[in-house]
Amino acid sequence: MASFIDFRNPPGSDSRADPLIRATSEPLWVRRLLIAIVLLFFILFLILPLVVVFQGALASGLTSFLKNFTDHDILHSIQMTLIVALIAVPSNTLFGIAAAWAITRYSFRGRELLLALIDLPLWVSPVIGGLVYVLLYGRRGYLGPWLQAHDIRIIFALPGMVMATTFVTFPFVARSLIPLMQALGVEEEEAALTLGASGFQILRRITLPKIRWGLFYGVILCNARAMGEFGAVSVVSAKISGLTNTMPLEIEQLYNDYLFASAFAVASALSLLALITLVIKTFTEWENHRQIQAGQKAVLENTIQKAVP
Amino acid sequence: MSHKRHILPGFRTSVGGSILWLLLIVLLPLAALFGKTASGGWPHFWESVTDPQVVASYRVSFGISLIASLVNGVFGFLAAWIFARYEFPGKRLMEAATDLPFALPTAVAGIALCALYSESGWVGKLLVPFHIRIAFTPIGILIAMTFIGFPFVVRAVQPVIRELSADVEEAAACLGANRFQTLRYVVLPPLIPALLTGIIMAYGRAVGEYGSIVFISGNIPFKTEITPLLILSKLEQYDYTGAAALGFTMLVASLVIVLIGNALQSWGNRYRKSV
Repeated sequence: MASFIDFRNPPGSDSRADPLIRATSEPLWVRRLLIAIVLLFFILFLILPLVVVFQGALASGLTSFLKNFTDHDILHSIQMTLIVALIAVPSNTLFGIAAAWAITRYSFRGRELLLALIDLPLWVSPVIGGLVYVLLYGRRGYLGPWLQAHDIRIIFALPGMVMATTFVTFPFVARSLIPLMQALGVEEEEAALTLGASGFQILRRITLPKIRWGLFYGVILCNARAMGEFGAVSVVSAKISGLTNTMPLEIEQLYNDYLFASAFAVASALSLLALITLVIKTFTEWENHRQIQAGQKAVLENTIQKAVP
Repeated sequence: MSHKRHILPGFRTSVGGSILWLLLIVLLPLAALFGKTASGGWPHFWESVTDPQVVASYRVSFGISLIASLVNGVFGFLAAWIFARYEFPGKRLMEAATDLPFALPTAVAGIALCALYSESGWVGKLLVPFHIRIAFTPIGILIAMTFIGFPFVVRAVQPVIRELSADVEEAAACLGANRFQTLRYVVLPPLIPALLTGIIMAYGRAVGEYGSIVFISGNIPFKTEITPLLILSKLEQYDYTGAAALGFTMLVASLVIVLIGNALQSWGNRYRKSV
């Protein structure tokens, strides 16, 4: 491994001969040591846990691994996860677009409060995300008696799980759109308006194509979190296998029943989703960055043109 | 933009829709939390949040989180530094892997860490001869909390390291500083606010974390129980006001943590502009 190259220290330059380079970069042994320390940390905390999941899933062979996915309860948990995500993700996408539009297009009283509320689930414990719904809709919650009288089940049933997941995942789309829409500006939208476009036309023809990568990124993050949510859903689900278990809850149950191979098999499916999410995240982050830079360049050129008649 | 208000159409739809959604999903349920907390009355609230078992869980949730966030401060800073300054094989892969704790479902992380660090696990096995147990002890909780908070420090520090201009380091060297002096007096000071922001964000995340901890912690009362777990067990006993009191306490604690984080961040931004 001869390629521990410093940015300031291009190959070919003799670092020991150049006192300036020697003074603005660490010695080679320090660089190697730091990389080794971080690599060890990565292996212990990030790489090995992932390897353990796939190893645990495939330890007893591919056939028994695949057999897990014919099990009724596991299939049902996959179905539940998909249903929850299919409701929570699109509704949060709509909310995210509306909130980002509101925050980046207008100034109004309470805008800061709206921004702060959007961030709330990012710093609150997911368990609280479940707790608040139990306090509202649970048997001894505020609406509990009324719901019971009308035979509507929210807590320990699908609606509660959808709501808790929605609570935990609603910042992601809005959060990835707001900085992007702020950086890209509103000039094209205003131009479209002067040409007689309606609000919906502007959204569909100008804004959505412009923000598509950021939107895609937000939806992917939102989906990953929705399918993997555990804390909030554990509070509002009855945790009955084959009935109200999503994949993460099924993993917990299988693991606690010492069915490790099955637990890791379900976990490996979710890990694969996480890995795909990371790949897409890395790619779209790069794409977003390029777009923001292009947008800022255009704004800069525009400003220069205005300043220099 | 702030002067020309409401030029673009859709003000009522977007603002109204957002507020309605937040009302249904966040504000109404939060109001239930405040209501239930208050309805228990002050004595019950105090009794719930100062119960010895609950106080022991604060020590775990808030104390071990603090150690974990400091550990992340060290390793996150080193990772951000080598990502921003060095070039080595596998760097891109490691940078992408940094976000794994964000993407990996917490239950998956929980069982994976538990399997890895238990006495029969790949890493746990190596420590058995030294009589060190990780799973089902506070060390296990520390590991899970470190895992979950790691990306925050890297993501907070890395862009600031990238922004540092080379000429100040060169100037320091020209003025006769050795590399250690340059790092200590020139490079490190402007990075402090970002580092502290990352640490406090990692702390906030670890305090509220549930899924990746409950498997490895073993949940032994007074020893390895975290506060979010006690909220769940109170709900299972239908003690709604007790659960609400604990939830309210955690909400306020998280709010304080996030406010400190925001203050640090704006302090850092001011600092960055003046440099």
